[in-house]
Amino acid sequence: MACCQSRRKTPPPSAVHCRSWLLLAALCNLCWRGRRSSSFTIKPGLQTLMTLAIKEHEQHERLEKLKTLFGLPVNKAKLTSQRTRLKNQNGFHLCRLGREVYTFVSTSRMSGSLLNMFSKGTKRKFSDGDEEISDESLVGARVASSYSLQRQSLLDMSLIKLQLCHMLVEPNLCRSVLIANTVRQIQEEMTHDGSWHMVAEAFCSAGQSPSERLVATEVLCRSREQDAEPKLFSVISYEGCREEEVVADETLCSVSVSDTVSNVCLAGRIGQCWEKSELSGVERDEEALEDSRLGSGEDEEIDTKDRASTESPKTIGQVFGTFEIKNGSPGPDSALEELFSDVDTSYYDLDTMLTGMQSAPKMGPYDILDSLAPSHSSPSIVSTPNCRSDLNELDHIMEIIVGS
Amino acid sequence: TKPVAKTINNCLIFLPFGYAADIISTVEFNYSGELLATGDKGGRVVIFQREQESKNRLLSRGEYNVYSTFQSHEPEFDYLKSLEIEEKINKIRWLPQQNAAHFLLSANDKTIKLWKISERDKRAEGYNLKDEDGRLRDPFRITTLRVPVLMPMDLMVEASPRRIFANAHTYHINSISVNSDYETYLSADDLRINLWHLEITDRSFNIVDIKPANMEELTEVITAAECHPHQCNVFVYSSSKGTIRLCDMRAAALCDRHSKFFEEPEDPSSRSFFSEIISSISDVKFSHSGRYMMTRDYLSVKVWDLNMENRPVETYQVHEYLRSKLCSLYENDCIFDKFECCWNGSDSAIMTGSYNNFFRMFDRNTRRDITLEASRENSKPRAMLKPRKVCTGGKRKKDEISVDSLDFNKKILHTAWHPKENVIAVAATNNLYIFQDKVN
Repeated sequence: MACCQSRRKTPPPSAVHCRSWLLLAALCNLCWRGRRSSSFTIKPGLQTLMTLAIKEHEQHERLEKLKTLFGLPVNKAKLTSQRTRLKNQNGFHLCRLGREVYTFVSTSRMSGSLLNMFSKGTKRKFSDGDEEISDESLVGARVASSYSLQRQSLLDMSLIKLQLCHMLVEPNLCRSVLIANTVRQIQEEMTHDGSWHMVAEAFCSAGQSPSERLVATEVLCRSREQDAEPKLFSVISYEGCREEEVVADETLCSVSVSDTVSNVCLAGRIGQCWEKSELSGVERDEEALEDSRLGSGEDEEIDTKDRASTESPKTIGQVFGTFEIKNGSPGPDSALEELFSDVDTSYYDLDTMLTGMQSAPKMGPYDILDSLAPSHSSPSIVSTPNCRSDLNELDHIMEIIVGS
Repeated sequence: TKPVAKTINNCLIFLPFGYAADIISTVEFNYSGELLATGDKGGRVVIFQREQESKNRLLSRGEYNVYSTFQSHEPEFDYLKSLEIEEKINKIRWLPQQNAAHFLLSANDKTIKLWKISERDKRAEGYNLKDEDGRLRDPFRITTLRVPVLMPMDLMVEASPRRIFANAHTYHINSISVNSDYETYLSADDLRINLWHLEITDRSFNIVDIKPANMEELTEVITAAECHPHQCNVFVYSSSKGTIRLCDMRAAALCDRHSKFFEEPEDPSSRSFFSEIISSISDVKFSHSGRYMMTRDYLSVKVWDLNMENRPVETYQVHEYLRSKLCSLYENDCIFDKFECCWNGSDSAIMTGSYNNFFRMFDRNTRRDITLEASRENSKPRAMLKPRKVCTGGKRKKDEISVDSLDFNKKILHTAWHPKENVIAVAATNNLYIFQDKVN
C-alpha cells in the first residue's frame, strides 16, 4: 500500500472536501452515468479534475437552490440570471467543450500547468436562469465576494504549492518560505476581516487566542532536513510519510477498479479510508445517516448530528499542525482498497485544511455543507447551522455515481 | 570608450552558439574578458576564449570560440536524507590570473570546486628511459644522458580540480564571491554564509547564520551575497524580504549584526498579496567602483549608494507590465524566477533579463533604456539588433508584442558584461548569445 503509515490525529473539519477529493480519485477510473443517463468514461488527468470541478460547481448550484428553498443563507452573488463572464486576475473562464465537458481556459495563455486546474478561478455562471435577483443588491456583494473568492483561490493555490513542493528533489527553500509567508498574510487578513473567527469558533476549544490559531508556525513546507531537527517545517506534517507525499495526476489515475463496485460500499469505504479512530464518530454518523435516509425517522438524525457536533471541534493548531495520515484499514472490498491504495491522501488533508479556513457564509467553489442541514429532511431541522452533516454530501455523491 | 548610449544602439550579433547541450545556469567573464565561462544544468563547464584580433579583417573583433569543456560536478545522492543533489552549476567565479593557468570556482548546491585550466602546447620528447614498446628500460642499460627536447604539439587545454570544498552547506548554495584579497572567498546558502580560504578545504568559517532555533519560525532566507570589490572586510547579502545587509568582518567573528541595512519602504498603495514575493531580491552586485550596488527584484532593478540606506538612488522598471499578471505568474511559478543583473565595465550601464528572450539595458547617465531579443529567428549574424517593445494595452502597433503573447518559458536569467569592452553574453535557456557593439 502506498498510503502513508502514520496516524492522523484530527478529523477533517468538514468531510465534504475530503469526499470531493476522494471522489476525484474514484471517478478517475470509473465509468459513471451523468444526469442524463449518458455514460461516458472520464479520461484520467486534468480533464477529469476539471470535469469534477464543474460537477462540484453544479452541485453547489443545486445546493444553493435547495438552501433557498429552506430559507437558509445563500451566497447570492453566485446565483445570477446573467451569463456573466467573471474573470479573476488570471483571466480564467469556463469554456464549454461539449455536453457536460468543460475546461478552464486561460485567456492569458500563460500556463497550462496542473496548478491551473486546481486554482479556483472565478467561474462563469451556467445557471438555468430561474432566479431573478435584483442587480443592485448584487453589485456590492459581488465585489466583496469576488475579492474574497480571489483571496481564497490564492490561499488554495498557495497551499497546494506547499504540498507539491515535496515533489522536487529537494524543495527550494526560498520558494517555500515565500509561499508560506503569503499564506500567513492571507490568514492574517482573514483574521482581521473576521472571517477567520467564524472558522475558529467552529473549531476552537475554549481558551485559545486568535493568534494561536494562525497557521503561522504550521503551514510551512516541510523540508527534507533531518539533521538535528526532526521536524523543520511541519506543515501538514506527515511523519514518516515523505515518499508518498508526491501527488501527480498519474497517481490519481493509475488505479484500476472494476465496475462492479457497489455504490453503497463506496460510500462506506470513503469513511474507512480515513483513519478510523478519530473519524469513528463521523463514520457512525455516516452509517446512521445512511440508514436514516433509507427509511428511518428524524430521531436518529438528531442523535448523529449531536454526536458530530461534539466530536468535530478541534483547535486550529491541531487541525493544521499535526495532520497525519493514517493508513486506511483493509476492508473486505479489496477492489476499493486498491482504488484508494495509491491515492495520496495528503491532498485530502490539504483540502480539509482549505475548508477549515473557509467561513460558513463564504462558500468556496467546493462548497461546505456546514450550514446546510439535510435538505431532504423536514424543515424543522434546518436551524442548526453549525452542524456538520454528512448526509447531503453523501447524497450527492450517490447521485453522481448512481446517476439518479 | 564610447558613450554607452551610442553603443547600445549599435549592437550586432556576433555569434549565436548552438549550445543545445543543456540549460545554461550561469555565465561569467573572467577579469580580462578574454575567457567566458558557462555552467549548465548537467554539471558541465564550457569556457570560451576570445580570438586574437586580426588586423587583416576590417570590422572584426575577436570571436569567442570554445576553449575548454569539462564536467565539473556529478550528480550525487545524499544517503542520509534520501535526496538527490543536483549537479547543476549554480555559480562560476573566476580568480584573477596570477600565472599562465586560469583558475575558477564552480559551485553546485552543496560543493564548490576550484579548477585549474592550463594549456599545454609543448611536449617533451627524446627520453631514452623506455623501450620502444613502452617498457621501462633497466637502469643499467642506459648509458647516455639525453636531455629531452620540448617539441610543439597541438594545443591541449586541461582542466583539473585542485580543491574541493565540500560538506559545509546544509542548504543550497546560491552565491560564491571571491574576496579582494584573492585568498578567501565566501559561499552563501539559504541560511548561512561561510568564509573559505582558497588553500584550505577541510574547514570554513561561518560568518552569517540566520537560521532560527525553531525552523517553523523561518520567514526570511538569504538569496545572494557578494564581497566588496576593494574592501576585503566588507560584504553584503540580500534576503527574500527585499532587504540588503552590509557586514563588516572586522566587527565580529559572526556577522549576524549588520553594519548597514538597506531597505526601501514599501509603497502602501501598491500593496498586494504578492508584494513580498516580488520584493525578494534575486541578485546583488557591487559596481566596479565599489561605491554602488545593484539589486534585482522581480519587477525592477535598483541601484543603491552604499552611503544611503533608506532608499535606492535609482530604480529601473524591467517589466512593469507584468504587475497586473502577478497572480498568473504566481500560479505557474514564474514569479519565483531569479533574474541576475550586471554592470558594464565603467558602471554607466546595467543589464538584466526578462521573458520572451528579452533582455534590457539601462544607461544610467541618459536614463535611456532598450529592450533587445536574443533569438535566432529575429536576428541574422552580424546584423543589427532591433529594439523590441512590449505593448501594454490599447492598440498594438506593428512590431510590438502584446503582453499576452509573451513566452514565459523563454526567460533570460543569466547575463554577463565584458569587464572592459561592450561585449555581452546572454544565456537564453540552452543557447548562448554574444553581442558586441559595432566598430565604426
